[in-house]
Amino acid sequence: MKSKAIVVTSGKGGVGKTTTSANISAALAKTGEKIAVVDTDIGLRNLDVVMGLESRVVFDLIDVFEGRCKLNQALIRDKRVDSLFLLPASQTKDKTALSKRHMKAAVNALIEGGFDRVIIDSPAGIEDGFKTASAAADGAIVVVNPEISSVRDADRIIGLLEAQNIKEIKLIVNRIRPDMVQRGDMLGISDILDILGIKLIGIVPEDENVLISTNTGKLISLNDNSKLGAGIAFNNIAKRIHGEEVSYLELEAPQGFFSGIRKFFGGN
Amino acid sequence: MFAFFKRKRSKELAKNRLKLILSYDRAGISPGMMENLKNDLLEVMRKYFPAGKNDFEVSLEQQGSQVVFVANLPDLDSPKTS
Ligand SMILES: Nc1ncnc2c1ncn2[C@@H]1O[C@H](COP(=O)(O)OP(=O)(O)OP(=O)(O)O)[C@@H](O)[C@H]1O
Ligand SMILES: [Mg+2]
Repeated sequence: MKSKAIVVTSGKGGVGKTTTSANISAALAKTGEKIAVVDTDIGLRNLDVVMGLESRVVFDLIDVFEGRCKLNQALIRDKRVDSLFLLPASQTKDKTALSKRHMKAAVNALIEGGFDRVIIDSPAGIEDGFKTASAAADGAIVVVNPEISSVRDADRIIGLLEAQNIKEIKLIVNRIRPDMVQRGDMLGISDILDILGIKLIGIVPEDENVLISTNTGKLISLNDNSKLGAGIAFNNIAKRIHGEEVSYLELEAPQGFFSGIRKFFGGN
Repeated sequence: MFAFFKRKRSKELAKNRLKLILSYDRAGISPGMMENLKNDLLEVMRKYFPAGKNDFEVSLEQQGSQVVFVANLPDLDSPKTS
């Protein structure tokens, strides 16, 4: 993706925006990019927990905006990847504390300050929180689950992103279950792409290790020594964002779990 | 066997429902309003074509990036001549 500021959004809540933001940020940083990942879910801070950095939070985004600290005082360096930084949301303020103007200023400052890319974790919904989160973005990743209400909300969000003149909009289908797709009980990738009409950048399988990694605060995309489905998928997404061609046939699921990506696509 | 076929279809059902829902969403029309429009149209048609079978359909269709309103009015060959 050409975009330097990428908002991760979905409309519907709980589909995996925070999980995706954290993991693709870490995976991108691992490829050598200097990455800032910004939590804009004011009042419902979670990205710090998913990344295992909660104990290091001192200042937050709102503190920066309201002048209580400098931008780089609020940035938290990841424990394992040197070029990965978190800018946490405020847990105590309310959403009105965050304006589009502030958001643009912060993202510009990060890019001018040497970050290769800024990944913005958007709150759920299509209201102010989403609008502020996307205000500074030049690209977007829409996360969807293979399920009617999630796809419907994604369609709304895509319309709003286009109206905001965000040119590069990519899709991640998260929590797909190949066994269900195969037996015709889950929307397949091609079904969802047909309906939404945007380009795919990743397929992430349902994987219990996602929850385990949140429990331990160790990102699944940094688990090198495991052949975990979702971990591989997030690394492949990072490579695609970075500009590499990574074939979906290499499979973003545990070996033997099912036999081929075709079934993922589930067209019939 | 029947149960087998029935199970196979939940994804197809999801896809079809989704397409319908999105055509209303994209056009900014509620399904209830479509139903009222259809009933009103039916009434008007009945006035001009009393002998007609009234088996017409009103729907929204996606054509490229546009959502179009489609009314299918068969058997209009016997208009009331008064
Ligand atoms: N691929 C996956 N496999 C299994 N569980 C997943 C997967 N992706 C996300 N989850 C789980 O789904 C839940 C919601 O994920 P997450 O918090 O990332 O969603 P979100 O879109 O950020 O939610 P919110 O709208 O509340 O911000 C979490 O418990 C997470 O562990
Ligand atoms: Mg979240």
